[in-house]
Amino acid sequence: MTATNAWTPRIVGPASEPPDDPFAGEPADGIETVQLLDPDARPRRHHTYSPQLTVDEVREAYRTMFLSRRLDTEGTNLQRQGQLALWAPAKGQEAAQIGAISALRATDMVYPSYRELSMVMHRGLDPIGVFQIMRGITHATWDVEAHRMGVFAFVVGAQTLQAVGYGMGITLDGSDEVVLACLGDGATSEGHVNEALNFAAVYRAPVIFLVQNNQYAISVPTAQQFRGAPAARAAGFGMPGVRVDGNDLFAVHAVVAEAAARARAGEGPTLVEAMTYRIGAHTTADDPTRYRTRAEEDLWVGRDPLVRTERWLREQGTTDDWFTGLAAEADEVATDLRARVLALEPQGITDLYDFVLAEPSAALAEEREQVAAYIAGLEGR
Amino acid sequence: MALQHYRLPDVGEGLTEATVMTWLVAEGDTVAVNDPVVEVETAKSVVELPCPYAGVVAALLVEPGKTVEVGTALISVEDGVAAESVPEDAPAADESAPHAEASASQATLVGTGPRELKQTRLPRKTAENTLLVAPPRDADTRTLAKPSVRKLARDLGVDLASLTPTGPDGTVSQDDVTAAATQQGGWTGFLAERGETRIDVTGIRRATARAMVESAFTAPHVTEWTDVDVTRTMELLERMKTMRMFRDVRITPTVLIARAVCVALRRNPELNSSWDEKNSQIVRKSYVNLGFAADTPRGLVVPVVHDADAMSTYDLAAALNALTHTAREGKSTPADLSGGTFTITNIGVFGIDAGTPILTPGQAGILAVGQITKRPWVVEDRVEPRWVTTLALSFDHRMVDGAEGSAFLGDIAEILRDPGSTLIMT
Repeated sequence: MTATNAWTPRIVGPASEPPDDPFAGEPADGIETVQLLDPDARPRRHHTYSPQLTVDEVREAYRTMFLSRRLDTEGTNLQRQGQLALWAPAKGQEAAQIGAISALRATDMVYPSYRELSMVMHRGLDPIGVFQIMRGITHATWDVEAHRMGVFAFVVGAQTLQAVGYGMGITLDGSDEVVLACLGDGATSEGHVNEALNFAAVYRAPVIFLVQNNQYAISVPTAQQFRGAPAARAAGFGMPGVRVDGNDLFAVHAVVAEAAARARAGEGPTLVEAMTYRIGAHTTADDPTRYRTRAEEDLWVGRDPLVRTERWLREQGTTDDWFTGLAAEADEVATDLRARVLALEPQGITDLYDFVLAEPSAALAEEREQVAAYIAGLEGR
Repeated sequence: MALQHYRLPDVGEGLTEATVMTWLVAEGDTVAVNDPVVEVETAKSVVELPCPYAGVVAALLVEPGKTVEVGTALISVEDGVAAESVPEDAPAADESAPHAEASASQATLVGTGPRELKQTRLPRKTAENTLLVAPPRDADTRTLAKPSVRKLARDLGVDLASLTPTGPDGTVSQDDVTAAATQQGGWTGFLAERGETRIDVTGIRRATARAMVESAFTAPHVTEWTDVDVTRTMELLERMKTMRMFRDVRITPTVLIARAVCVALRRNPELNSSWDEKNSQIVRKSYVNLGFAADTPRGLVVPVVHDADAMSTYDLAAALNALTHTAREGKSTPADLSGGTFTITNIGVFGIDAGTPILTPGQAGILAVGQITKRPWVVEDRVEPRWVTTLALSFDHRMVDGAEGSAFLGDIAEILRDPGSTLIMT
């Protein structure tokens, strides 16, 4: 017996192994990464997929990406100024989000996680709704049914179960809608996400699982998350898994469009692993300098989806004036939104009782009255 | 003109305080909305705070290095907007919408700490609101107290039922328990003026404690030391400072000591090794990643210069400058802090002569350098004032024998006594 053993530290996994660069060398699992426009905005030929977007469509997509990024920055600032409880920056993931949602019909259902501001804007919703949620004054602000956009899910991966259930309902109804379920690489480690994938495959639910692989689950790099990447795991569930350059608007759009067509034709779910990178922090409560290097961040800043799309648009003849006008519009939108956030009133707590159940329940009504009486009994209300 | 105050927000989730690190603006500067004005460090991270107001900086209200609670005014900005009949003094100006509304609602949207809830709880208009009010106490009713208070009472041997509750809603508070304990005479309580303070062991303190225990109880330490006349090294240092090639780096004795260590490690590779318990092997490294123990505002960290042995003196000095700067700023990355093969700790900066350093876990040697002072020294039978320091080397006796450790320390001492000897050794 030695005294040494008692004090030997138990190190679980590598201490600080950075994620592999998905664009360097051959992928270990043999699944290629679909790319149609490289980081230098050069078109790439692909044997299966080809660009489906017109210049006008790309311009509109870029506009949403640009505006959402401007509001994303405003969100971080407002949190730092005590106006929001939390902000989860999406900088760097805009092409994965807009590429995917723009490949759907407006009637297709989307289940976001909590980073999909750009998708909310794409559906024409007032972005203030996201800020109200992040301010902590409400759980949801928009009509899910009317806009076909689920509420933000802060329980990691919970939305995948809802998406699959909804998809199974579509099948029962005999409709040709499809469902987009948004999740991250970290969510794929959750047990219930694996149940969702299994159910979707078994019931051939018309669901597209968009895994935005941004390389980190908060601070945990993918190398410490899984050995079998999400795209490779899809085969085990019995559905196609496609890996795509998540910062390439054209590629994400083409891959999701194909998956949606398959789902509409009754051929079941697809898992799309969009390789991207969260350039900012996980949330405003996170400090990425503690777990990743500047060199790695710089590598991905060089693959910025907005820069790439802008270069392509300029090559297609979009003028300086258009970009200058967009920047001015973004500043206006941000200034207006800031003013509206500052003016937000706390939502009445009794609203909780109004939105949870479709029909009133006697017990809840009684509790609602008690709470209202209690609040009325406080000074300053 | 209205004076606006930017108060410290909860920049994490439930943080209650932050330390002001650096001001990025000065009084009189013009700032726009979202311009970064100050860098603060919380328990979670170092963040820049963007100003919510546009105008001219009237005053910086917190000195760098000070830790303040969430809600404390950090900076005041004259926003140039005419205020209607709002008094000029600070708290009143703050009541103007919309900021006051935001800070009032802050407790519900950020921070769950008990302190904040206490500050913002609204008083009741009358005592008639029975909802959530404790039922009247009688013998059958269990005394109301939070679990933490119950545990405290149990630990201190205080009977909860014997106390008169003064806490909210008729609950027994922590103060009730500690007051009773003090009266019982068995315990003076941690809130008493004289006594003990309990500090949670977290963060770098915890990491340091773990590493020290692990190292001290795993590696059998031997420490040797020697006094060295480093006058010629100090002369060389002065010469280097005047040289053009070194004009943009800071040249310190540590740079030359690090060079000496690299040369000595090459001659005595036993000291540049690690112990692999699992495979019963000694791992000898042909590269030198030199760690430098640094005292930073966040505690002890050991940034590492990778491949120090392959660097020129200039590069080594530059790397050392950059690394210590990053460490002091609290911005070291995991890569900066890992992979070391040997450590140098400069205890001389604290005015100390020698010590018995504890090895960085996984390394075979650590050199402590004492202060370099003029001391009486015998030179050719005469006592002369010379620059002298004490070098103390701890090594892992599993890997390094006394003879090897002594030869290594002797080599370093010889190089510092006569820097020219490197010509012979290498």
